[in-house]
Amino acid sequence: MLHYVSQILPSLLSGAWMTIKIFFWTLIASIPLGILASLGLTSKIAPLRWILKFYVWLMRGTPLLLQLIFVFYGLPIIGIIFQRYDAALFAFILNYTAYFAEIFRGGFQAIDPGQYESARVLRLTRGQTLRKIVIPQVIKIVVPSIGNETINLIKDSSLVYVIGLGDLLRAGNVATARDVTLLPLVLVGIIYLLMTAIATYVLRKVEQHYRAWR
Amino acid sequence: MLELKKIKKQFNGRTILNNFDMQVQDNQITTIVGPSGAGKTTLLRCISGLEKIDSGSFVLDGKPFDPANNRDNDNVIGVVFQDFQLFPNLTVLDNITLAPQLVLKQSKSEAEKRAQELIDQLNLTGKEGLYPYQLSGGQKQRLAIVRALAMNPKILCYDEPTSALDPDLRQTVEDIILGLKKQNMTQIVVTHDMEFAKNIADQLVRVEPIKA
Ligand SMILES: Nc1ncnc2c1ncn2[C@@H]1O[C@H](COP(=O)(O)OP(=O)(O)OP(=O)(O)O)[C@@H](O)[C@H]1O
Ligand SMILES: [Mg+2]
Repeated sequence: MLHYVSQILPSLLSGAWMTIKIFFWTLIASIPLGILASLGLTSKIAPLRWILKFYVWLMRGTPLLLQLIFVFYGLPIIGIIFQRYDAALFAFILNYTAYFAEIFRGGFQAIDPGQYESARVLRLTRGQTLRKIVIPQVIKIVVPSIGNETINLIKDSSLVYVIGLGDLLRAGNVATARDVTLLPLVLVGIIYLLMTAIATYVLRKVEQHYRAWR
Repeated sequence: MLELKKIKKQFNGRTILNNFDMQVQDNQITTIVGPSGAGKTTLLRCISGLEKIDSGSFVLDGKPFDPANNRDNDNVIGVVFQDFQLFPNLTVLDNITLAPQLVLKQSKSEAEKRAQELIDQLNLTGKEGLYPYQLSGGQKQRLAIVRALAMNPKILCYDEPTSALDPDLRQTVEDIILGLKKQNMTQIVVTHDMEFAKNIADQLVRVEPIKA
């Protein structure tokens, strides 16, 4: 059995690498984009607000699976063609940015307006106020929700299966179908558990860091 | 000296201050009293530039002055808010030194040296590394005062400095304000506590509600 494991492990790990890549790039892009979009959602410019509200509503109101299929199989019909990997990243970033935007919007709204005023009488600029006072408080508020989404993202990444991308789930499924054994799928489960465990650990460290103050 | 001339302030068409005149003498304590809803906080917010006035003018040391648009670091109006509005994510020391470093461009050591003097003077010694949530109400207020003083304000304003504190801390606040007066700080104190006002005031200004 050990022999069999060592035989299929390379393909599982290369699938896991694809999963990690999608996870990583989605997170790296969606968090800053989400902050920007959340500022837009609370902007004074009404048309910008409407567009972003519509975007968030659309992304959160339809399944990510549909969005993925739409980008990869739908858009080529009107001449927009993505590679599998690019299609996956595009759909994931678009989707997760919307969720993060909502989370950050809530975070910004939870900040006492008096914080901006006391920064203002101390003559801090708008940028200094955001950087030194507001954003740290917002991050503390949103870390738990961002954490939930991060764990979801690890699992959601398996949806790329439908557009034929060779991720961890696909690697396991291929091996199971070929060798008629459950073992690959069990291993896939274990690797997912490992990844979520690591993410949970990192998130807990971040939360602890922000627990120094209230 | 700060002069307020015919200050008018409205909220949604409702007049709160109408042709309000006042003079704030240097190195004195000016208290502003009046019933709830009269516009004391509003007046303080106009003086500190947090609200725009609808008409009238400010004159500071003989020169026209716009608190809402004042970027002159020699003419800072400091504010101690009723609920202090300390920065919860910064330690006591960082609360004090943040603005002097970013705005007055003091070096870290310069800012910390000055902060330490004020910390010792206002009896916060040993609290430098704590976060605001770890302070008592009185300590929070003293931190708010130190934070404002570190910007070398021309005038220091307080909104209801006794309201968020235990009654037995009233005397301490009095002592602090009178102590700062001895160091030639010009102060404006809004309060509805007449006895407190009389104890500290060089000048007592009344704000009355305006009938619609
Ligand atoms: N941002 C605002 N928008 C509209 N109305 C306001 C605003 N701020 C204050 N007011 C109104 O202005 C009036 C004066 O308020 P202000 O807070 O200045 O009173 P105050 O004298 O400080 O009262 P208190 O002693 O209760 O603190 C009140 O009627 C209040 O409802
Ligand atoms: Mg008031």
